[in-house]
Amino acid sequence: MGVEQKLGNMGVVTTKLEELVNWSRTNAMWPMLFGLACCAIEMMAAQASHYDMSRFGMELMRASPRQSDLMIVAGRVSRKMAPVLRRLYDQMPEPKWVIAMGDCASCGGVFNNYAIVQGVDEVVPVDVFVAGCPPRPEALIHGVVTLYEKVKGEKFKDYAVEQK
Amino acid sequence: MDKKLEKIVQDLQGRFGSSIEEFRGEVHVFVKPEQIVDALTFLRDKHEFELLSAQTASDYWPQMAPRFHVIYQLTSLAKNLSVQLRVPVNGDQPKVPTATRVYDVANWRERELMDMFGIEFEGHPDPRRILLPPDMEGHPLRKDFPLGYEEPQFTFNFEEIDLRKPYAKE
Repeated sequence: MGVEQKLGNMGVVTTKLEELVNWSRTNAMWPMLFGLACCAIEMMAAQASHYDMSRFGMELMRASPRQSDLMIVAGRVSRKMAPVLRRLYDQMPEPKWVIAMGDCASCGGVFNNYAIVQGVDEVVPVDVFVAGCPPRPEALIHGVVTLYEKVKGEKFKDYAVEQK
Repeated sequence: MDKKLEKIVQDLQGRFGSSIEEFRGEVHVFVKPEQIVDALTFLRDKHEFELLSAQTASDYWPQMAPRFHVIYQLTSLAKNLSVQLRVPVNGDQPKVPTATRVYDVANWRERELMDMFGIEFEGHPDPRRILLPPDMEGHPLRKDFPLGYEEPQFTFNFEEIDLRKPYAKE
């Protein structure tokens, strides 16, 4: 049963609950280590002490997909790697989001050929694209903050209400 | 050509009747596919060429026939020499005996050539694709393989490419 049905039409309570749920999701979103190529170094730099991502809730990166909320696809994905990427995405529990970091993950980047997937949104549904080759750590943090704004705007009726 | 190398190359020519070509200080010795394993064993045992530095191939279509040249670059660390053996093979059903019995490193190098050029190596213990997905058809480094690039999506053709791009389902 959906949350809204259970609470009847108590609009105020659902809004506050939505805010609470979204706030808690953004404040402790743990990304999965998915650094494939050069963008991984910028991801590491963003996680390190100078540009700290822990201030935004990403305290640590989990290597296991079962324990993470966010997948940052950092780097070029080859056609051989694409089914592996999809499998790891499927192993993540809901709620999950995907950031495509860098040009190669967003659109194939400089590699317009037979071996590289032209944009990771051919494999997994992407929420935020971060441009750059590689994007500066500040750009990645901006992408993360954009994702937080997107999460804060999520409503229960999109995912928690039973569809007739 | 180095004096020591000259003697070795003349030895090779006497044994296998091969032609040679010199290019910028490198020596290329042309060998037939049936003779290649003997030539490699001979160089490894008699003349101390312990290292197969590179095993690659070149596609000369459509200028030259035979189309592929399989190239073996042998290096001798003891004598500080290097020599290159070239095996010309035809385009349809290219077959070369495998060099894995002579040099172990040839295992992955030949898998790469099988993947990229489609040259079959007879007697190879593990003939699988190594760099590309196993269900891929075609051999990309041949000269008649299409470039395989995707049309870039600018503002003027955004919608039409958007319609045919295979987006992921949830």
